[in-house]
Amino acid sequence: MNRKWLSGPYLIWAAGFIILPLFLILYYGFTSEGGGFTLANISAIADPIHLTALWRSLYIAFFSTLICLFLAYPLAYILSKAPAKKSGILIMLFILPMWINFLLRTLALQMIVSNTGLLSSVLEFFGLKPLRIMNTTTAILIGMVYDYLPFMILPIYNALCKIDRDLIDAAYDLGASKATTFRKILLPLSLPGVLSGIIMVFIPGISEFVIADILGGSKVLLIGNVIEQEFSLSNNWHLGSGLSLVLMIFIFISMAVMNKYDKSGEGQMLW
Amino acid sequence: MSKKNLIDFVHISKTFDDTLVLDDLCLSVRENEFVTLLGPSGCGKTTTLRILGGFVTPDSGQVIFDGRDITHLPANKRNLNTVFQKYSLFPNMNVAENIAFGLKISGKSDAYIKDKIRYALKLVNLEGFEKRNPMSLSGGQQQRIAIARAIVNEPKVLLLDEPLGALDLKLRQDMQYELIRLKNELGITFIYVTHDQEEALTMSDTVVVMNQGYIQQMGTPEDIYNEPENAFVADFIGDSNILDGIMLKDKLVKILGVTFDCVDTGFGSNRPVDVVIRPEDVLLKKPGEGHLDGVVSHLIFKGVHYEMEVTANGFDWLVHSTSCHPVGTPVSLSVDPFNIQIMNKPESDDEKAVVLDE
Repeated sequence: MNRKWLSGPYLIWAAGFIILPLFLILYYGFTSEGGGFTLANISAIADPIHLTALWRSLYIAFFSTLICLFLAYPLAYILSKAPAKKSGILIMLFILPMWINFLLRTLALQMIVSNTGLLSSVLEFFGLKPLRIMNTTTAILIGMVYDYLPFMILPIYNALCKIDRDLIDAAYDLGASKATTFRKILLPLSLPGVLSGIIMVFIPGISEFVIADILGGSKVLLIGNVIEQEFSLSNNWHLGSGLSLVLMIFIFISMAVMNKYDKSGEGQMLW
Repeated sequence: MSKKNLIDFVHISKTFDDTLVLDDLCLSVRENEFVTLLGPSGCGKTTTLRILGGFVTPDSGQVIFDGRDITHLPANKRNLNTVFQKYSLFPNMNVAENIAFGLKISGKSDAYIKDKIRYALKLVNLEGFEKRNPMSLSGGQQQRIAIARAIVNEPKVLLLDEPLGALDLKLRQDMQYELIRLKNELGITFIYVTHDQEEALTMSDTVVVMNQGYIQQMGTPEDIYNEPENAFVADFIGDSNILDGIMLKDKLVKILGVTFDCVDTGFGSNRPVDVVIRPEDVLLKKPGEGHLDGVVSHLIFKGVHYEMEVTANGFDWLVHSTSCHPVGTPVSLSVDPFNIQIMNKPESDDEKAVVLDE
């Protein structure tokens, strides 16, 4: 029985919304306004403004991933050791925000961290200096960590839960201390989860622009903001496409690096 | 065999979620003994092993190991190693790294570790497997690696938690001989947990039959099989006919209205007792020639023997015989006096599980 035709509706969807746009980007990226072939849209990344934005994007993606990792790993570890009843409720708490639209969440965060927002009011109430982090890289980092944290917790939690309890007993049995057991058994066996988490935070993080828009004002430009503005404000689809292609290359490189370290193949479905 | 006790469980009790798993358990293990804890699931045998391994702390009682109280010593400080039911090899390490794990922690030199790995792999017949990934090995091979990983640390005691449970029958039988050989070559104490009575009888010096957290009987495999002390042991170890009887006087017991000669004494007169007769001890004769007549009601070919059910005086007797008697054949049953086991009836439900030893 050939059931290939069942994938037809999706193929039509993919052709219209994935393949065609990709070709359009390629076309626009390599052509000038007159329609002739050019590499100028690609090499425009060398423009200091664009380079700074790209660098800032990588930097913010890197640090938000790092912060997420340091927050998520201990938490996932505690959750994986908690009795099922308790951990179920806790996991719910961390997943709950994911059910709410991410724009709404970011806007809510804006209310909290803005210069006259909740956080500042609370600080002022206690006689402390109000925070002035709105429209800074710090605000964007907080927003990124807030929005992406669940994507780091879940894969690590899953990886830790999958580790057989007997392996830990076996390590103790062979004389290993708790620290050694963690270093030699738990950490290496949970690495696929860590890697999945990194992929799910770092990769979308590179092209992030909405959080930067809302929490960074127009003061802090990421490469995503630059591309967005080329399309929506400057109406220069050629330059926007060219910069998108450059960004895509960075995403591919990141994926390739992750893939190299992901021996278990757990992250390969994303590649 | 040395008479010295290596391990003493002293009045150990353990409760999990209001369920009493072990009740006042006392058990001694001598040096170089192969002891098997045998019982149905939930009898407390694995808990006993885990208490010795250091993974479970008893609610009360003491564990004495080599003259020292180790009740609260953590697992990684105990001079004994466990072979886990599911092998529990570290999937992030190759075979050699798995075996070296304990040695590296105790800070042995590289040359020593290398020697030990080679020696251990040779002992379990897996030479040349150093670089293999444990997950690519068969269940039997993984089991051998798990044993190798435990014994390189030269523990005084090796704990084995149903290590053959996941293997197929043929492999299980091979591994039984392998384990006996290993035990003899290493000269260390083995404590083995299983629910498989055949495994227990084949390998052990001493079998400890457990049920509901109590030791039911402790003895050599021959003792356990031939002289079960109560109906539970008789039923759990091999097939048996367990009947209600009345001890008329010494050496005379009445079963199903028929009087049998037996060899037991000291039960008093007209006392209700449990009578155990092994199916291979029931002799089939021509009608009228035995103790009681009956009719064959079931017949199954088992390979070595035929398994039959003979209905006689309202009881279905389980009979093993090498001669075939088709269903419906009238036969007569007979039992030699020394093959009739007489046991006191338990006086209450509680006592069913109480230690009858000592």
